[in-house]
Amino acid sequence: MAFAPSEEPVALKILVAGGFGVGKTTLVGAISEIRPLRTEEVLSDRGVGVDDTDGVEGKTTTTVAMDFGRITIREGLVVYLFGTPGQERFWFMWDELSYGALGAVVLADTRRLTDCFPSIDYFEQRGTPFIVAVNCFDGADRHEPDDVRIALDLDPDVPVLLCDVRRRASAKVVLVTLVEHALKMLTAAQR
Amino acid sequence: MTGPQWMDEEAGPVVRPFALTGGRTRSSGEKLDLIAMVTATGASPAVGAGLGPEQRRILEITRHGASVADIASEVDLPLGVVRVLLGDLLDLGLVAVRAPGKVAPLPSERILKEVINGLRAL
Repeated sequence: MAFAPSEEPVALKILVAGGFGVGKTTLVGAISEIRPLRTEEVLSDRGVGVDDTDGVEGKTTTTVAMDFGRITIREGLVVYLFGTPGQERFWFMWDELSYGALGAVVLADTRRLTDCFPSIDYFEQRGTPFIVAVNCFDGADRHEPDDVRIALDLDPDVPVLLCDVRRRASAKVVLVTLVEHALKMLTAAQR
Repeated sequence: MTGPQWMDEEAGPVVRPFALTGGRTRSSGEKLDLIAMVTATGASPAVGAGLGPEQRRILEITRHGASVADIASEVDLPLGVVRVLLGDLLDLGLVAVRAPGKVAPLPSERILKEVINGLRAL
């Protein structure tokens, strides 16, 4: 099919959500050229010392910057990735971020599974297509996707997969799974 | 506080961000979506429009169109500041904005299939 040269460019938004230190930055960086995007929100005093890094060795600081990456599929078709700030004090940003989003990847860490409850609740309520990607950390016990599904009380049609966000190939599978899921939801809605 | 360390890279620019906007934190119009596409109209700024270097830079970046997120990342200013600056440019007729999702809230099946194939081919 030939496209008219005047075809409007399309920009799609995919969110990467999940708890603090779960690998959102790594996922965005593995699949796209990561670029800094600052918000004017400053870390409030309230937030200082609140970040709970138990079980998340290797990450001692948090940033107010959002992770932002872009993947050019072709000229005029771009996918933007936004890592949503994981802590509750940034929730006011979520509505804006999720408006018009194609879907969301909820990254989970089996050592702190409850961290992704807020994200899951949020996307369920908004009807945003989402998948759960379990990041397999070195030294953490591996769990089967079905165990995670039960633990998170997910609908049977929500895809759950294991991944290693440091690997580009794995990050690709995560995104493809999400877009396939979004497509499935779209075609189901059209019937 | 730990003395002069506050001026390291993490502190960001020494000029407070909203000094560039005359202290305004809200733009005049609708809130611009992160992936709204901004394109310079090519109109020349009126004499006395008082464009700052940041706004001129934005006009350069948007010559062929750029998203709000792209612009903020490129000029390395916080999103809120960029939105105010863009609002001014919009009021002056120097840029046009195309909001995503207004025309079609969800991308078509064809586009999604194209994205899936494109991602696989990365």
